[in-house]
Amino acid sequence: MKSLSEIETVSKRSSKAAGFSWGVAEEVGKNIRMLEMFGLSGIKNLNYYFRIRDKKKFEKLNIISKENVTNKLDFCPIVSGLSFLDQVRSLESLNEIKFKRIAYPLLFLPFISRASEIIGKRLQLELDNKVFLLNYNISIFSNSLNDGIIESGKDVLIKFIDNKDSFEENEWRELYKLSENTFVEENDSLKQGGAGAGLTDND
Amino acid sequence: MKIELRDPNIIMKLSRLGSFHQSKLSFLRSFLKEFKDWDYKKDLFQLNEFGYGTAVYSFKKDKRVYSLICYANELNENERSDRVIATKWDAAFTLHDGVPTKKDIERLKNEVPKQEVGRLSYKELTLSRANKSVRLFNHVVENLSKGLQPDINLLSKVGYLYRTTAVYGSGKFGLADRFRIKNREEIYGPFRLEMMLVYLVRQFTFDQVNHVAKNMNPKKAVKLDPEICKSLGIGNSTGLGMAPFIVNHPTLLNNWIYARETALKKIREIKHVKTEDSNLFKLCLKKSLKNITSWNTDSEYQLNKIQSLLNDLNHFITFLEKNFDFSKEFAFNEIYYWLEKNAGDECTEYIVSIMMEPYDDIINPLINGMSSEEEKYFNIPTNRTVAELKNILEDKYPKIIDIDFSKKENNKNFWFISKNKEEPRLADRFKENGSELEQPLAIARDIKKLYEKLYVSKNSSTIDKFLANNSDLRHVVRRAFIIEKFPYSEIQDNTIGESIMPIDMLRLKLSFFGALKFDPRSDKWLRICMFQGAPLPEQLKDYDDHWVYNSLN
Repeated sequence: MKSLSEIETVSKRSSKAAGFSWGVAEEVGKNIRMLEMFGLSGIKNLNYYFRIRDKKKFEKLNIISKENVTNKLDFCPIVSGLSFLDQVRSLESLNEIKFKRIAYPLLFLPFISRASEIIGKRLQLELDNKVFLLNYNISIFSNSLNDGIIESGKDVLIKFIDNKDSFEENEWRELYKLSENTFVEENDSLKQGGAGAGLTDND
Repeated sequence: MKIELRDPNIIMKLSRLGSFHQSKLSFLRSFLKEFKDWDYKKDLFQLNEFGYGTAVYSFKKDKRVYSLICYANELNENERSDRVIATKWDAAFTLHDGVPTKKDIERLKNEVPKQEVGRLSYKELTLSRANKSVRLFNHVVENLSKGLQPDINLLSKVGYLYRTTAVYGSGKFGLADRFRIKNREEIYGPFRLEMMLVYLVRQFTFDQVNHVAKNMNPKKAVKLDPEICKSLGIGNSTGLGMAPFIVNHPTLLNNWIYARETALKKIREIKHVKTEDSNLFKLCLKKSLKNITSWNTDSEYQLNKIQSLLNDLNHFITFLEKNFDFSKEFAFNEIYYWLEKNAGDECTEYIVSIMMEPYDDIINPLINGMSSEEEKYFNIPTNRTVAELKNILEDKYPKIIDIDFSKKENNKNFWFISKNKEEPRLADRFKENGSELEQPLAIARDIKKLYEKLYVSKNSSTIDKFLANNSDLRHVVRRAFIIEKFPYSEIQDNTIGESIMPIDMLRLKLSFFGALKFDPRSDKWLRICMFQGAPLPEQLKDYDDHWVYNSLN
């Protein structure tokens, strides 16, 4: 089995050899390491993408907008992902961002995961019929984990998920009330002697 | 009195970094301190009469066990080479996580001796190989087998029975990635497991030499005197493979230097130096002279440095004995100022290291801060502005942005990875092919390029927009934001200039390892000795922390 360190080094060097700058290659190395750590097919997709990159051209998406459409060529997943990562703070207010035709979109995914950490919000990536929930770059949930090579994402949608509770207030109150059963009711003596300070906070 | 940390623009020059010496912060010393309470055991020793076979050594505490597995093999004279191009060695080693099963030992027997072309697993932590110092090994065997101890003078000239030519860790060749083990408290300091491997290999060399001597003459043979064992270390040949490491791990480099600088600052801030502390300082200083007078090298470059170090030290000792009173306030600060004025870099850094000896209370808390979670600082803050980035460059790289890279001498070399050994190399870009495949190690040149680009960019523009058009500078944009937070993260020198001494980069790293007796064999590789004078495993529970200065050599 290859170590993650080997995976990162080889991905970085091959990205440079494929024509990316060293700085971008460093990003790709980290991304593929992350995909493989989460059990996603990073090496496979990178290898296939670099195989066809010599034969086929891809659109470089340097500035991300609400709807990103390409008419002729598929978007390069690395340039698009990097642009998203770099611009994510200004993209947050758009709530949803659409892309048409991203090549090898699994290579795009780690940039979105890292962006989730930067803005401190979950991001949802919908890729045709597959959904990935990216949790602050700590974990990735998906209904499609072992698809191997994905050559193209025809319709890609990124949703910014607001930081809000996943439960109702009454559900919280009910559980909180139950948790109160671990507290001790204070009598006068406990009120006087139980805490280090006096009865008022500001004395 | 508040003392400022030393200026990175001075300390991070290669000539200064190449003058660093081992200290209490060094990794082999902090390794011994951490593992002194662990149970040491020789678990297996199955060597034939010539010393070939398998051995296992372990350190154990509670439920944690680390085991060194050694494979000693016969090697023809014409196959023995210290060069990285070698494919066979006298012995090969791996540090296994836990107690190896018979199956593990068999599996590894086929892989460990192959080194770079073998495959390890996540159960192995470090990997190494070593060659005998044949002349010395044979001399020791011959004498022991006759019931005699070897010639100490001969031993002291070399200093070791074996020398390693590489020690690998952190995921190389399938070894365990650091993330799997990084939360173990006993290995919070850097390179702990690499140090453990080297330390146990040292013990193997003593056991092997005793074993071979005993088999040669079972009736007469004696064991190598433990005091002589103590005076021997493990040699190491180190080439350029180590140099890029310190460029590629900027926050780690910062944390090493920052620990050293913080220690010095705190020592200089001591108002009243206790007599016992000044006495210990003076004792270590005097004893340390033995390490210099027994420092053998053929390198004219190093011989000059050693001579100048000796001259400066004699001058300093005279000053200390005749003109200095430790009862005055801030005595170490005064010593430091004297050194800055009267001594060269080599001597100044030598004394800085010895100043740390009395101060466990200052040094120990710094040791655990010498690792780094580099991933945390990888993302570029792309919401910052061009003006801010320009200010960082002007503030943190003032001398770098003054270098004229259109001059041939400033742009003479390039770093590359050799295809046959996948190792870093340095070559003249005007004479050799391959500069188009240059590694991103010309940081000074690329920082200058970045500065020139920023200079013609709109100040209020944000970095995300700058990067959209300047992807080729992304690696140095990242570094600039790192140095903003980590002032000692960058070598403040030109690593591709005509006058670069790559061994300065090696020596910096090796000094933090705790190496002694740097012996440059060219400007690109050197030999060193590790653990010379260190306690033997059975002596660890109660050892003298200042052992470095008590070596027989």
